[in-house]
Amino acid sequence: MQSDNLVADAAARVFAAEADAQSILLSGHNDWKSSLWSSLEEIGLPLAWVSDAAGGAGASLAEGFGVIREAGRAALASPLVETLLAGWLLDQAGLHPPAGPLSVAPTHPKDVVRIDSEGRVSGRARQVPFAREVEHLAVIASGPEGPVVALIRTADCKIESGENLAGDVRDTVVFDQARSVVRKTHAQGGVDLQLSLLLLGATARGLQISGALDRVLEMTVQYSQDRVAFEKPISKFQAVQHLLARLAGEVAAASAATGSAAEAIASSGFAGDAMLLEVAASKIRSSEAAELGARIAHQVFGAIGFTEEHILHRFTLRMLSWRDEFGNETFWSLKLGERIAANGADELWPLLASR
Amino acid sequence: MTTLQFDALRLPAYCQELRKEVRAFLADEIAAGVFDPNKTDSGGENADAFARRVGQRGWIGMTWPKKYGGQERSFLERYVVTEEMRVANAPVMKFFVADRQSGPTLIRYADERIKQEVLPRIVRGEAGFCIGMSEPNSGSDLFAARTRATKVDGGWSITGSKVWTSYAHRSDYMIGLFRTSPSTKENRRHGLTSFLVDMKTPGITCRQIRQMTGQRDFNEVIFDNAFIPDHYVIGEIDGAWKQATSELAYERSGPERFLENFNVLRQFVRVAGKNPGARVTVGIGRLVAELHALRRMSVSVASMLEAGREPVVEAAAVKDLGTVWEQLLPHQVRELASLLDLEDSTFAQSLDFEIKTAPKLTIQGGTTEVLRGVIARGLGLR
Repeated sequence: MQSDNLVADAAARVFAAEADAQSILLSGHNDWKSSLWSSLEEIGLPLAWVSDAAGGAGASLAEGFGVIREAGRAALASPLVETLLAGWLLDQAGLHPPAGPLSVAPTHPKDVVRIDSEGRVSGRARQVPFAREVEHLAVIASGPEGPVVALIRTADCKIESGENLAGDVRDTVVFDQARSVVRKTHAQGGVDLQLSLLLLGATARGLQISGALDRVLEMTVQYSQDRVAFEKPISKFQAVQHLLARLAGEVAAASAATGSAAEAIASSGFAGDAMLLEVAASKIRSSEAAELGARIAHQVFGAIGFTEEHILHRFTLRMLSWRDEFGNETFWSLKLGERIAANGADELWPLLASR
Repeated sequence: MTTLQFDALRLPAYCQELRKEVRAFLADEIAAGVFDPNKTDSGGENADAFARRVGQRGWIGMTWPKKYGGQERSFLERYVVTEEMRVANAPVMKFFVADRQSGPTLIRYADERIKQEVLPRIVRGEAGFCIGMSEPNSGSDLFAARTRATKVDGGWSITGSKVWTSYAHRSDYMIGLFRTSPSTKENRRHGLTSFLVDMKTPGITCRQIRQMTGQRDFNEVIFDNAFIPDHYVIGEIDGAWKQATSELAYERSGPERFLENFNVLRQFVRVAGKNPGARVTVGIGRLVAELHALRRMSVSVASMLEAGREPVVEAAAVKDLGTVWEQLLPHQVRELASLLDLEDSTFAQSLDFEIKTAPKLTIQGGTTEVLRGVIARGLGLR
């Protein structure tokens, strides 16, 4: 898709060439992952959010968000988004990232990791994406003098294997006095770095869902026009047309909500009630759209879409899994609802209207 | 296949300045007892005087050409005025229809004499409009309209009836769709003409119809040889179908398509208090998140319209999602409220009223099913 985001366009070309969903399914193995990664590194995508001085590409948040949405469109099962997030986190503390794919922790809003004055990390982080497939994790830990960003070798952690609905690696990482490779206390007063990472991660997952929904809509509309039943393409039945119209509405809502949050963060940062509203709404609304969207797409595809050999599940199962990462709908609804209730009824409309 | 486009567009800063002015004006009106912001249907008795004061502020027809009394301000400024009025439950019934769609239709298609005569009166809040579309056997299927306009010397004579016409009994004018020729085999949309109708014309009677909410906004409008002068024809004779309509995109995507019963949510937040418990808090957060997403879609469409684009399918999607959402809203609030031990008669009355009103939200101005047909066409399925 042509856009005014050249970085995202470049990413889309790499995904089409190296991570096409159909080719991955047909190949039946994971060799594509290393070849894809070399191509991504060639154009500097994994470290897009790391400043030039620290060896990154110094791309804007907006450019990175465009890449993440394209990753969603491709239903990408590779730690590109996580490396972007890890690079961003390390960069916030002025740390240089190591080579190779990275991941971040904690991503579950209820997990807390601690670090002592000697740089030893303890605690447990669940749902860490691709943990056993990467060599390093960027960790945000609470230290004796405030939040600390630390780089940890996965070899120094205990990893309990897990996976999400789509079979992508989501491990529980146990830090038992794991020694950090490098670390730095985050000095910028007033900024809650763990919350910022959560907001950024939630925005990323929302964009991935929105991208995947785009493709699901395209595929489903196409299939409805190709598939003949009762002597005509099923797209000619009003019942099917209305299903697809609802799917398009959900795709549009997800796109509007996630695009809004991405634009908000890219232009104004992470602080304030407005940003909580933007990010919470993007994660909540895109997750709702994932649920209804997956339901409608599978209904239209029928039995063929339920098979392992069809690519539909590569999109639908990832969308459904992404709902649960970096805070699900219930988490963000609670967080937003608490703020709305605390502010009181008279502040509700002014907050909405400020966006 | 067309992709629905919703760019992350925002209202410019000058709109937020105007918003403050509108809020200050409405606060004064509320303080003066003109209407009650906690009641969806209050202030009707003051609607005419309220309209004149809004007109004095320059907030009716504000996007229209100056030569007709308008301000040539942006559609985004109008958007802000509309949403502030809606959220405050201001009594806009006198001017809302004229401002949103009748005026723009006249500007585009009416005789110059009509524009000179009628538009400045709308702008001053003096001329209220209703829309004469539905008939006893013609609802969503507009092209089934049968009420006839017959050519007579110097004009047209109308006989038949329109129904479900909101505020007809209080309107100065109607823009109505009447049959001037039979439809043809090739084109069943052929043969209908749009007319401006002065509601004081002899031969027109309004019969109010009580609605299930207890309100009496609906009318049956009966035409018995009502004479309409030639220059009251709007656009092409027999060709009204060609005149549809970029106005539809404004009508479908405006803030009134998801803020109709915002009142009940705001009141629920008030009565729920600061610590309503996890289940209620989650419920409030989710509703606010969904509302924000709808508003962001609507603002995006408004900005595309302002930029001269025609987001017809996007507008249909906003109305579909917006009206389905607001239809569910009072029911969801009801469930959440039952978790709390509330005794608040203002809230209880609002909730009852909105539950009774909810069924109409997905019918008026294009049913859900019609809208989904529009979206399906946009997807290339029809």
